[in-house]
Amino acid sequence: MSGRALFGTTLGAAALLVGTAAEADERLIGSGASFPFPLYATWFQAYSAATEGVTIDYQAKGSGAGINDLINGVVDFAASDAAMTDAEAAEVEGGVVMLPMTAGEIVLAYNVPGVDALRLPRAVYPAIFAGDITKWNDAAIVEANPGVELPDSDITVVTRSDSSGTTFVFTKHLSAIDEGFASKVGEGKTVEWPAIPTFVAAPKNDGITAMITQTPGSIGYIEYGYAKLTGTASAVLENASEQFVAAGDEAGKAALASAEFVGEDLRVWVTDPADPEAYPIATFTWMLFYADQDDTKAQALRDFVDWAVTDGQAMASDLGYIPLPETVIEKVRTAAAGIQ
Amino acid sequence: MATTFRSGDVPRSASQAPTGGEYIADRAFRGLAMAAAAFVIFLLAYIFWEIGSLAAPAIQEHGAGFLTTAVWNPSKGEFGILAEIWGTLYSSLLALFIAGFFGVGVAIFLTQNFLHPRLAYVFRTIVEMLAAIPSVVYGLWGIFVVIPAIRPVANWLNETLGFIPFFGTSLAGPGMAPAVIVLAIMVLPTVAAISQDAFQSIPYKVKEAAYGMGTTHWEAILKVLLPTASGGIFGALVLGFGRALGETMALAMLIGNANQISLSLFSPANTLASLLASQWPEAGAIEQEALMYAALTLLAITILVNVVGLMIMNLTARQHVT
Repeated sequence: MSGRALFGTTLGAAALLVGTAAEADERLIGSGASFPFPLYATWFQAYSAATEGVTIDYQAKGSGAGINDLINGVVDFAASDAAMTDAEAAEVEGGVVMLPMTAGEIVLAYNVPGVDALRLPRAVYPAIFAGDITKWNDAAIVEANPGVELPDSDITVVTRSDSSGTTFVFTKHLSAIDEGFASKVGEGKTVEWPAIPTFVAAPKNDGITAMITQTPGSIGYIEYGYAKLTGTASAVLENASEQFVAAGDEAGKAALASAEFVGEDLRVWVTDPADPEAYPIATFTWMLFYADQDDTKAQALRDFVDWAVTDGQAMASDLGYIPLPETVIEKVRTAAAGIQ
Repeated sequence: MATTFRSGDVPRSASQAPTGGEYIADRAFRGLAMAAAAFVIFLLAYIFWEIGSLAAPAIQEHGAGFLTTAVWNPSKGEFGILAEIWGTLYSSLLALFIAGFFGVGVAIFLTQNFLHPRLAYVFRTIVEMLAAIPSVVYGLWGIFVVIPAIRPVANWLNETLGFIPFFGTSLAGPGMAPAVIVLAIMVLPTVAAISQDAFQSIPYKVKEAAYGMGTTHWEAILKVLLPTASGGIFGALVLGFGRALGETMALAMLIGNANQISLSLFSPANTLASLLASQWPEAGAIEQEALMYAALTLLAITILVNVVGLMIMNLTARQHVT
């Protein structure tokens, strides 16, 4: 090889290096909720692969930890099942843009040998989680399930041992539909469950799922995606219009349609949808962005949001999440312009 | 003592004063050892101070009531860890009882010529390997193997002997009993290994003297060797207890994480370490302070157990002449 050729090759390689370095510059880091993690992981992988020069990393630390990271400025965006309170948002200089990115349903997974389908009326499932109904063959459950042989065994209630957005949404719904539950247990990311021996707790969505599959006579609340993934049976619930509805795509969409957005605020909880087709426990989950950051980053984040509400929504239902309704997508598009 | 002989030198006698170099090396080593020891004490004090200062707001807010109530409700700002203190001590004591029995049994079996030395070595290695299994694997094993295995027995005990408080509830899934069984297995290697050392460090003449007096194999073990090794065995139990108090992951998966105080072996409970592990990731500022207070309590319990253990050990050690 002559000296001249060698020089040329080196130059070419150097140019290539500089080129890739400049393009791969945009690396976005996020952290937060674990509830939508299976979907977000798929999104970020697909988006990073499809988009030249943008890589997104996401750590499912939990909603609370994500909010803390955003306030401390160590991430580019965060995700939370409980969005962010006004007080928390006020701690971020320049403000926060909160966008609902996807939605999920919370199902009551159960394990009762020999019972393949279970209907739980509106008065019954809050009472189970308040510790007032403790036997599977309780008159109220038997009445709602004609022809189903229910055993004379204790109901083991599995709850979350860690603080969780799922618990927040679930207890919010139960408190909204049942005054007894509201006064006895209340709502929050961690609540004081009844202190009786049939109440046990397990960590994370997958911990509850494992506990239920291992414990005959148990019931617990998990994200629909986890139940779908593991094939765990889940109860059909009675909604506000006295209809029994199973969790699923359409039922979830119907529930979300009842969300009433007030003004610019995209933080809305669907505590008790009235639509007869609606599954009663559904929720949005949010991504939180800085309203003010450097221009290239803002552009990359806006591009990602645009992708997520179009191509991204198509991936949702396969993983057990509900695609956002058209009306919500419009609002998200408009609000995303606030990321500058 | 570094006494070297070099060719041409007159061999120095042992009683000769150390040279300057030796003196300096000696001093330097002494200083280094002192610094290392002081660092350990400083580290402990620093950890106490750091956790204590983070917990200070919660200590002021909740005071001693924190230790005597059983409630954990961050949304209402109510915190109390009596149930966790109870669960920690109850599970650790029960586990230690089981691990102590089997650990000492294993130690006797492996050191008192019941086995060919080579076979004993293999057994010893296997017991020590139990310590290398990760906590989370123990937890999974507990969920998928131990709980289904003991559930029928537990529920039979509850139905037939339910009037005894220990069997007062039925076992749904996670609970005290599976947690204690798994915890005992996790503590076993510690207890067994240190007890073996205790037996092996008994001077051979003690054993010979016992046989010389005409004792049988078992009389020698139970009446002479076991009392002689009791100081070391007690040390093993104290260390095992310390390990059991701090065990986190397996217990978080098996104990049921319920804020309850019950004598029943089949009811769910909670421990301090498990509370810390499950609540910390999503805790808000006020809850973090309360968790720090709980951590401080756990630290205090662990140190108290070790100090009391050492004191009892010193007390009993004086009564033996080895």
